[in-house]
Amino acid sequence: MSLLKTFKNGIINENPVFVQLLGMCPTLAVTTTATDGMGMGLATTSVLIGSNLVISLLRKVIPDKIRIPAFVVIIASFVTLIDMFMHAYAISLYNSLGLFIPLIVVNCLILGRAESFASKNKPVQSIFDGLGMGLGFTLALTILGIVREVLGVGSVFGIQLFGAAFKPAIVMILPPGAFLALGVLIGTLNWFKNKKAKNA
Amino acid sequence: MEFVVILISAILVNNFVLSRFLGICPFLGVSKQVETALGMGMAVTFVMTLSSIITYIIHHLVLVNLKIEYLQTIAFILVIAALVQFVEMFVKKASPSLYQALGVYLPLITTNCAVLGLAILNIQEEYTLLKTITHAVGASLGFTLAIVLFAGIRERLALADVPESLRGFPIALITAGLMAIAFLGFTGLV
Repeated sequence: MSLLKTFKNGIINENPVFVQLLGMCPTLAVTTTATDGMGMGLATTSVLIGSNLVISLLRKVIPDKIRIPAFVVIIASFVTLIDMFMHAYAISLYNSLGLFIPLIVVNCLILGRAESFASKNKPVQSIFDGLGMGLGFTLALTILGIVREVLGVGSVFGIQLFGAAFKPAIVMILPPGAFLALGVLIGTLNWFKNKKAKNA
Repeated sequence: MEFVVILISAILVNNFVLSRFLGICPFLGVSKQVETALGMGMAVTFVMTLSSIITYIIHHLVLVNLKIEYLQTIAFILVIAALVQFVEMFVKKASPSLYQALGVYLPLITTNCAVLGLAILNIQEEYTLLKTITHAVGASLGFTLAIVLFAGIRERLALADVPESLRGFPIALITAGLMAIAFLGFTGLV
């Protein structure tokens, strides 16, 4: 598979959130604003690229029986790095993501890519896979963040869109809004896909 | 009194699934039948309570003493993975029928973010050991409550005439959203 195809695969065809339904906890929890969603997506992308690269390099060294604990330790080390990095350089994002930064470790997307791609492919391809999947994840989180921020606060990336007369639906930035927004978004995507399939 | 507040708050007000968004994967994945949902809830209760106690001890005896708190994430995830493995072996030996019933869900508890999330929250809130245990019991009861209620609704939903594009995952998410609205009603209870 060519590098470009690997890359595109992660963003569109096998989008982690909309198609594979992986990594639901951060998807629902940190998308109250577009900025938070994007920040979480990019943090996950960096961890994914790092862990995919290292796991791919070590794929012949790690014994098959203990591969899962080995992967988890590699992933956890990268998460710790990102955690400290964000604490130092992006403190406001660090505070709003809070608990969900260490929880990147248990994002099934990352372990899933390690197991199904990085442990079987060459380093360069694994980097592109991590980049594609990570950006697909970022895209999904950003879209969800934009939808919830527009409906719940009336702004995008912190910029007010409407006048003072706009009454935001607060429920969209509360927990129920996350479930409702993602459910309706995936439903809409399915609707488009079904329509396309019928026309073809 | 303090313990009752922690317990009620973890079960209803800050429900792990519906308000903190921890443990969504099993919540959506293992909730098609009430029985398996209950089994999952019980397995998670067991692992969460044990892992909170062990991570509490590790944090205070090892990490703090050696001044390596920054290794928290790595240490905790290893403890949880080892614990789940141990529980799996123990259940297999002690009660083969329960082991059969839980099946693949047992090893998957390692990547349930509710377990790691709870361990980290306990440290962040600076709970004592007794409060940690109370919080763990409350959180896992809350998880079990949410997943069993949700499974009950989904069993009925399977028979409903849902629009084609919403079938399966989307309608489950919307149902969970409505449940979360109901749980919002507990805000301000404690």
